[in-house]
Amino acid sequence: MELLQLMDSAVRLATPLLLAALAGLYSERSGIFDIGLEGKMLMGAFVAGAFSAVAGMPVADGGWGWTHGMAWFGLFMAIIVSVMLSLIHGFASITLRGNQLISGVAINFFAAGTTVLVGQEWFHSGGMTPTLKDNQRFEPITLPFADAVKDVPVLGPIYSDLISGHNIIVYIALAAVPVTWWILFRTRFGLRLRAVGENPAAVDTAGISVIKQRYAAVIIAGVLCGVAGAYLSLGTSAAGFVKDMSAGKGFIALAALIFAKWQPRGVLMAALLFGFLEAIGNKYQSVDLGLFVIPVQFMQALPYILTVVILAGFIGKAVPPAAGGEPYVKER
Amino acid sequence: MNKTLPKWADVLLIPLLNLFLALFISGLVVLFIGKDPIEAVKVMIQGAFGKYGIGYTLYYTTNFIFTGLAVAVAFHARLFNIGGEGQAGLGGVGVALILMSFNWPHWTIAILAASIAAFVFGAAWAAIPAYLQAKRGSHIVITTIMFNLIGSALINYLLVGPMKAPGMAPETPHFPPGASIPTLHDFFGLFGIAFDKNSPANISIFIALAALVFVYILIWKTRIGYEIRAFGHSEKAAVYAGISPLKITMIAMLISGGLAGLLAVNTVQGEAERLILDTVQGAGFVGIAVSLMGRNHPIGVLLAAFLFGILYQGGGELSFAMGIPREMIVVIQALVIMFTGSLENIVRIPVERLFARFGKGEA
Repeated sequence: MELLQLMDSAVRLATPLLLAALAGLYSERSGIFDIGLEGKMLMGAFVAGAFSAVAGMPVADGGWGWTHGMAWFGLFMAIIVSVMLSLIHGFASITLRGNQLISGVAINFFAAGTTVLVGQEWFHSGGMTPTLKDNQRFEPITLPFADAVKDVPVLGPIYSDLISGHNIIVYIALAAVPVTWWILFRTRFGLRLRAVGENPAAVDTAGISVIKQRYAAVIIAGVLCGVAGAYLSLGTSAAGFVKDMSAGKGFIALAALIFAKWQPRGVLMAALLFGFLEAIGNKYQSVDLGLFVIPVQFMQALPYILTVVILAGFIGKAVPPAAGGEPYVKER
Repeated sequence: MNKTLPKWADVLLIPLLNLFLALFISGLVVLFIGKDPIEAVKVMIQGAFGKYGIGYTLYYTTNFIFTGLAVAVAFHARLFNIGGEGQAGLGGVGVALILMSFNWPHWTIAILAASIAAFVFGAAWAAIPAYLQAKRGSHIVITTIMFNLIGSALINYLLVGPMKAPGMAPETPHFPPGASIPTLHDFFGLFGIAFDKNSPANISIFIALAALVFVYILIWKTRIGYEIRAFGHSEKAAVYAGISPLKITMIAMLISGGLAGLLAVNTVQGEAERLILDTVQGAGFVGIAVSLMGRNHPIGVLLAAFLFGILYQGGGELSFAMGIPREMIVVIQALVIMFTGSLENIVRIPVERLFARFGKGEA
């Protein structure tokens, strides 16, 4: 039972990691490093929370007095703004051939600053949005027969507690994994996307625009980060935006992406593993193994430590896309 | 990359234009949240240079010189060290460990020992990412990010566990009295100059100034500096010339991490006089902006660090005087990094075209 609860919260915690890591997957597979996942997610979280709050606020309080659709509207706006940040990143790294890493760092700070600045100006509560009511958020969905099968041993609770009862974004995130795999490995678009990340000159020779292909990848990354952000403010118990609420999740997502060696299925596994580690860290202050005690801080640092180990190539080598980080200069 | 540009335009005109753009857009952000940007600039300047403010401005400047130099040295070897935050944090652990171990007879010995410890611990925290980059090809940007996060978890653990002082707060015991270094108030007092007694600025600023000179000599006047620059310019050519990538990567990163670690002399020994949580407060990241703006040159780093010192102190005043949150500084920092870093070509390309056109006219 306890394990089931842990796995349940692992799925919840893995969702934003999964979405952001898939965002990074598209971007990096096309040759654009993106350490701005964190910033885009944070911005998405703020925009989603803010617009859902304003839309659902009574007209008398200065809101728009909507009664439904606030969460979807918030999600939509989060995607728009996150894509705008992506386009800045794309403009800097594709069009101007600037340093992609520096661009990502800048975007992270830009998001960290503006979310509080604008949040304070709009809501006057230290960068927080008002607490969102249930109908302003994505509510848990009970899958068919979840109550009926609850008493079936083993499988019943797994279905009704673990699989059922999440909000729509969790299911979107899980569905995004096979969809991503299909796009990247079974469509012409995906083939070209991977090709510009490995050998842009060859793609260019074939008469395909490297620039368009990379912009497309960066925009998809923006969409996914926006969804990940919206999940944080509209799909978790936080029920609104809190300053710095992404709290390094963008970097854990980056870690998951490397851990997964830039493969969609691996991303799912890595996100679930890191989500599970976080769930353990949240539930137990420290893990007593009898002989020695593992401090909670170690659990928190474990995803990062594992990533370094993976990067060091001690457990299979993680090879990034060959043209990653390099602006493409057409030969004249 | 382009010979059409005279040197003064490259080192002065373009950075200034980029900085201007960044500040201009910051002004637009201030307008967007319904405040007056001109008023904001006034408040910031008064806040940064006032009788009480200047001490804080210099205190922040000291931090940013250390972290800016750290990023700059690594940049010369074309290594992007985002790990200043973690390296400076670990520097603090080093300072705390050494200062708590002895009863210091005189502050001069204490500051020397603390500086060495800060440098060694900072360098050690950069060593693994550097080694992995050189030996196993792991991307140093990712590993240093990971080491920031691991370092922060480690310090959390130390401050609630092994190094914790009795009581509730996550901090070490106070350092012994002999470890206390003179503030700028004490220092200027010797010459009869009045300086705010409550400001955190201390004599570690002179270590920062010495570090600027050290980096200048290292990079431009020594053989190893030449090798670092050659390596940064072209790894292939450097290898062909018999320069070892492992050696250069390690040396550049160890010095870089050590310089970042020295920040702890200012914050941990000079200001807090014990190790507390989050002594670095983002200075590691400000170093990126400082180094980019200062073009990786010590003089540039000094000026940029001072500018960011003004921004940090003056930006704090904004929230008191005008109700603009402190995060305004983070936005300015982001825009400076963006315009002097990734979007640099937005200015460079048109300027180069201009020079190409008029240059031809003259010749």
